[in-house]
Amino acid sequence: MHPVLKIILQRLALGLVTLFVVSIVIFTAVNMLPGDFAQAILGQGATPEAVDAIRRDLGLDQPPVTRYLQWLSGALQGDLGNSFAQANFASFVGADSGVRTTVAQQIAPRFENTMFLAGVTAAIAVPFAVTLGILAALYRNSVFDKAANIGTLTSISSPEFFVAYILILFLAVLNPMLPSLSNIYEGMPFSERLEKTLLPALTLTLVVTAHMMRMTRAAILNLMASPYIEMARLKGVKPIRVIVRHALPNALAPIINVVALNLAYLITGVVVVEVVFVYPGIGQLFVDSVKIRDIPVVQACCLIFAAAYILLNLTADILSIVSNPRLRHPK
Amino acid sequence: MSAWLWIVALLAGSLAVGWLGRFAAQKATGNKPVYRDMPLAVAFGYALGVALLALAVWYYFQPTVQETGVANAGVMFFRWAVHGFFGFAVAAWLFRLLGRSLGTAASRKLFRQMPLTAAFGILVIIIYAVTAIFAGLLAPHGQAEVFAQANIVPGGNPALGGNPDFPLGTDQIGRDILSRLIYGAQNTVGIAFATTLIAFFLGGSLGFLAATLRGWMDQLLSRAVDVLMAIPSLIFSLLLITVASAWVSGFGLTVAMVLIIAVIDSTRVFRLARAVGMNIVVMDYIEAAKLRGEGLPYLIFKEILPNATAPLLAEFGLRFCFVFLTISALSFLGLGIQPPLADWGTMVKDLSAFINYAGFAPLAASVPLLAAGAIALLTVAVNFVVDWMLQRSSGLKE
Repeated sequence: MHPVLKIILQRLALGLVTLFVVSIVIFTAVNMLPGDFAQAILGQGATPEAVDAIRRDLGLDQPPVTRYLQWLSGALQGDLGNSFAQANFASFVGADSGVRTTVAQQIAPRFENTMFLAGVTAAIAVPFAVTLGILAALYRNSVFDKAANIGTLTSISSPEFFVAYILILFLAVLNPMLPSLSNIYEGMPFSERLEKTLLPALTLTLVVTAHMMRMTRAAILNLMASPYIEMARLKGVKPIRVIVRHALPNALAPIINVVALNLAYLITGVVVVEVVFVYPGIGQLFVDSVKIRDIPVVQACCLIFAAAYILLNLTADILSIVSNPRLRHPK
Repeated sequence: MSAWLWIVALLAGSLAVGWLGRFAAQKATGNKPVYRDMPLAVAFGYALGVALLALAVWYYFQPTVQETGVANAGVMFFRWAVHGFFGFAVAAWLFRLLGRSLGTAASRKLFRQMPLTAAFGILVIIIYAVTAIFAGLLAPHGQAEVFAQANIVPGGNPALGGNPDFPLGTDQIGRDILSRLIYGAQNTVGIAFATTLIAFFLGGSLGFLAATLRGWMDQLLSRAVDVLMAIPSLIFSLLLITVASAWVSGFGLTVAMVLIIAVIDSTRVFRLARAVGMNIVVMDYIEAAKLRGEGLPYLIFKEILPNATAPLLAEFGLRFCFVFLTISALSFLGLGIQPPLADWGTMVKDLSAFINYAGFAPLAASVPLLAAGAIALLTVAVNFVVDWMLQRSSGLKE
């Protein structure tokens, strides 16, 4: 077998194992809670018989290992259980009230919204950060480089909500260019949806660009002392061409890595930003569910966030392996 | 849409001015090499920079009150930002001057080599530390004291609905905002500091332990840390806080949050401490200590720890920023530091609605930004200091 393929398969297997263990951790954490689903939906005044009945119905009387396996196999098939908040007694005795009661139904549209937000952010942030990084490497130690250094350090250090409110203040309140509330609904025309997503996306862009730009700059500068760059410079290649043609392809592995890591960081950032802009995404659902202690939703959101995080880290790993010619063409 | 047109016009104009300026300079100086070899992009950059600077100066001198009598909030905020920027720059410069002329020879030398950003960082950290320690003396009122008059406008001008007793006004239920900001320094910074200390104690000692003992202990701890690090930390802490909130509430929940974040963050410290410790345990002096028959605590605290201080100290600064931002984010979401303790993240959340009134009441809108800015300022300061420390210790001149 080709060695790269072997390493990639190993990483994939490791990722799967990690995801499995993480799901156990999440399940265990949630099951430390006193009381259970049955008590929660029936309230304090429920008779023990009623609680027992629902418990039997939902399989809560089973041992934890069985319940974990059921939850896991359900999650793999897209069934994440029922939400506390939307649950009413009727939905458990079979009458369909038309309310979205399952976690999967609640999460699906919001997941799509969050993906849209992350996509728009990535589409703005990645080219922006890489260009800025190349420019900072090209004009290193100039006023531009120093200003970019201080600016990025400041934006890394600011909490997301500070950046968000500053943007709201200047782009939505004082100069009404963009809407400050992102009330997205299904079937919205794309342009309008994009306009409403722009301000949260810009906030996230400012938060993640800094790190990506600094790493791009560092990765390129790392190579600038190598002999083949010296050679290119001595034969009279233009500085921008030296960087784009000669340095950039070799700096690609660390850059791809940091881009993927920052997209993974978006997952955490998205929670706060969605709350600020009232963006109907999965992060907001998560925070709301945490507040009302809607355990099945919290559990599912946590699993989705963790899976996305692991997946992006895995992608970063694999891409940096693939982009390494020493591994692709072993002696 | 006209704003976008202005931006495009500014960029195109800069390009034209840059080209013309370069051309004129080439002709005027008889094709000096500086101008002859200048790429158009650089000329564009200079032109754009000058244009932005001119724009900023022009905007700064706009009147703060429009002809219609409505306050021009954008100009006011911009002036405050400029004043703050230059005020801090001058203060940092004076502070560095002070440090260069006072103190021992070693500390004077330290200040002589210090960049202005690092001096600014140290100054800000000192100010925050003093505010946090003496919050009880500095604050005019108690942090949970509720006054009869709610929603007093900041500024202390009775004609505008202010009150000189409450220079920054009161919040929705009538608590003095200035006092809460000062107590916020004590609570937010103090709690973040304590959390970081716990995380360091936990992660550091376990990391060194793993590095010294190796074997199954190392494997067990490392794999456990791998799993914990695979879950995004804010998400995991939110999950655990949900669980904790079923057991405790109020102050207990704040303590639970501190422990949860400390444990989650100690995984990062563990990684670093283990890596640094691994490099140290192979040294000869460790071998000598082992042969002397020293016990494990002696090895860890007397031999490994002193030799690992430099990287751990830099990590402490970064970790503190991270913990501080996490706690602020949690408080902002309403799940961090619980009332009645005053805290900046909660204040931003509570007062954020005032930002929408910035057009006609810029003073009221500035209060939530003040609390958020207080968070940002400290993290920026710590980052500047850590940046400088790292550059000094690695000898990087760049």
